[in-house]
Amino acid sequence: MKDKQKSAKAIRRRTNIIVHMILAILAAIWVFPVLWVIMTSFRGERGSYVSTFFPQTYTLDNYVRLFTDTTILNFPQMFMNTLIIAICSCILSSFYVLSASFCLSRMRFRMRKPYMNMAMILGLFPGFMSMVAVYFILKAVGLTEGSLIRLALILCYSGGAALGFQICKGFFDTMPMALDEAARIDGCTRWQIFTKITLPLSKPVIVYTVLTAFIGPWVDFIFAKVICRANSDQYTVAIGLWKMLEKEYIDSWYTSFAAGAVLISIPIAILFLKLQKYYVDGMSGAVKG
Amino acid sequence: MKLFTAKPGEGYSPYTCTAALAQGSTATRLSALIMGFGSFACGQTAKGLLYLAAELAYIAFMVRYGLHNLAMLITLGTVEQQEVWDEAQQVYLYVQGDQSVLLLLYGVATVLITVLAFLVWRGSLKSAYKAECLKKEGARLNTFREDLATLLDENLHRLLMTPPMVFITALTILPLIFMICMAFTNYSKIDNHLVLFDWVGLDNFFALFDSNSILGSTFGSVLVWTLVWAVFATFSNYIFGMILALIINRPDTRCKGFWRFCFVLSSAVPMFVSLLIMRTMLQPNGAVNVLLRSLGLIGATESLPFFTDPTWARVTVIVINIWVGVPYTLMQLTGVLQNIPAELYDAAKVDGAGPVRTFFSITLPYMLYVTTPYLISAFTGNVNNFNVIYLLSGGDPVVDLGSTAGSTDLLVTWLYKLTIDKQYYNIGAVVGIMTFIILSIGALFTYRRSKSYKEEGGF
Repeated sequence: MKDKQKSAKAIRRRTNIIVHMILAILAAIWVFPVLWVIMTSFRGERGSYVSTFFPQTYTLDNYVRLFTDTTILNFPQMFMNTLIIAICSCILSSFYVLSASFCLSRMRFRMRKPYMNMAMILGLFPGFMSMVAVYFILKAVGLTEGSLIRLALILCYSGGAALGFQICKGFFDTMPMALDEAARIDGCTRWQIFTKITLPLSKPVIVYTVLTAFIGPWVDFIFAKVICRANSDQYTVAIGLWKMLEKEYIDSWYTSFAAGAVLISIPIAILFLKLQKYYVDGMSGAVKG
Repeated sequence: MKLFTAKPGEGYSPYTCTAALAQGSTATRLSALIMGFGSFACGQTAKGLLYLAAELAYIAFMVRYGLHNLAMLITLGTVEQQEVWDEAQQVYLYVQGDQSVLLLLYGVATVLITVLAFLVWRGSLKSAYKAECLKKEGARLNTFREDLATLLDENLHRLLMTPPMVFITALTILPLIFMICMAFTNYSKIDNHLVLFDWVGLDNFFALFDSNSILGSTFGSVLVWTLVWAVFATFSNYIFGMILALIINRPDTRCKGFWRFCFVLSSAVPMFVSLLIMRTMLQPNGAVNVLLRSLGLIGATESLPFFTDPTWARVTVIVINIWVGVPYTLMQLTGVLQNIPAELYDAAKVDGAGPVRTFFSITLPYMLYVTTPYLISAFTGNVNNFNVIYLLSGGDPVVDLGSTAGSTDLLVTWLYKLTIDKQYYNIGAVVGIMTFIILSIGALFTYRRSKSYKEEGGF
């Protein structure tokens, strides 16, 4: 009996060791590219092709260069462009998403179901199929020259935001209707219910909406590329990083690309890790029962 | 049409347009011609003035631009750009001809504005009829100020939904209709139709389905690869994510938080950054080949053809998609796994079920039940997965030099190449419509069957 127990324990130990080893190998595969970029961003030797795996010299020059060498690729300006666009489109699209979700969740009106079906159908078209057309429209309105490009990008990023109401509406749906009814009996208008009851109770989903809207312009590069075209003073960070890997720049800018990637990734990674909690909360609902 | 008609009971009102025309008084019926007339008759001057102003603005617009735009929509322009010899200045002057793209855009926009004006017209009729009925019953009519106040209360949806709807119409619906129209024209670099083009009916669709032409065969191969990719990408992520989630969730696994963090870390890096990094790492002289060489697994001058051999490239993008996607799957499935009631497992243990039996009888059915909507949206997302393909391989390698697509091109990346690089706008639009049709057949079928649709409508 004792032997049997012992052998069962041994088998369990062996499987545990194997499982942990597999996990370690997999984790290494997943973390490896991240580490590699961080190492490259500190690498002393320029150029994208290296003969050794670990850098031979370490330096901070790549980061310094990113902010001082503004002759070809003006990274500080790209950063400011993206920041302005991100802040404006974040405010606009959060407003759109929150108000659309509130209406769809708490009010009953004739266009409600047609609107939701329309959102589903529009979601099935390839997102940038209309991109060329959007460019023509913005051009016809005169928004594709000079600093107006920023406005154009803000409109692009926030324009369709109200179609992505699903998570936010789902959250509002979990709030008991009794709350609204009580407020109405006390004489609240629906606007007051929205601003004084629903919004204060929806912190997780507001944080989620605001952050996803804020991250959007930092990570999108297709729209920005089509709308900015050759106006390099209006580039966003994403196009800048993409440019650094083009054939003519890659040799001198590769290590700076890694530095830029690290700089962009740190705040977004922090936001993302924070967001995860709110995402889970946002999915699970607000006021229970 | 059932999709777009409201359920009775959702905002149902007895004051309809037909009733207004059939039973309304003369003043009400006159509002069909002179918008706002009925409102004037009932003493709602401000409202009446607004409707009248809207009508005048629309008529002025139609006379000034609209009718011309609609007329041009039929021909899409006929005047070519011309050179005229200017005697006085001794130079050739270019006389701007018709630009079909702009004519098409203005035409579509005019149609949309007309639809909008029709809705306002209906609104004016209804409001006139409502005012008339209320007056007959002796009820008090809302003043304009009170009407405005309802915008914050029972009509709040009008106030809140209007700005988003304006932007959706201008930046999503208008461009989509515009692109769909392009599919029926010859707007393309072929035969130099970039300035002036014409309606060609269904020719582009026939060209794409003609399997003898190079375009048709390219479409066939891209379509097959898109479906193969979507199936592999969706299920490889799902299965691998599930295995990983199960391993980490095992009661005997130590430091669960640490392992999860390792995987989530890679997804915290913006996707386009990690994809660009992957691409440079897998180049012939990139980090992976260097590592393999220094480990002695391949010769000093050899390199693995990650993006240069068609089969290698296809496998590579699927494998890298696993790298990109598994952290997300892991996060979602971990939550689902932890929600499975523990009693089920206890009962299974009492009944003497082993781990394999438990997995196939409890874990898997439960997971499939909960995550079916996720699987569907993942499949849709993968058919439209532009980022992974475009940033990783760019559709390369191109095997057949005559065709416009490489061997890893999906329908969406091919669409991008056709419109942005090649300027075959019409073919691009057809490809976009085909993608939509493929997706909508699948999605509508499954969405309409799903429980959430039946319960709440829409989603």
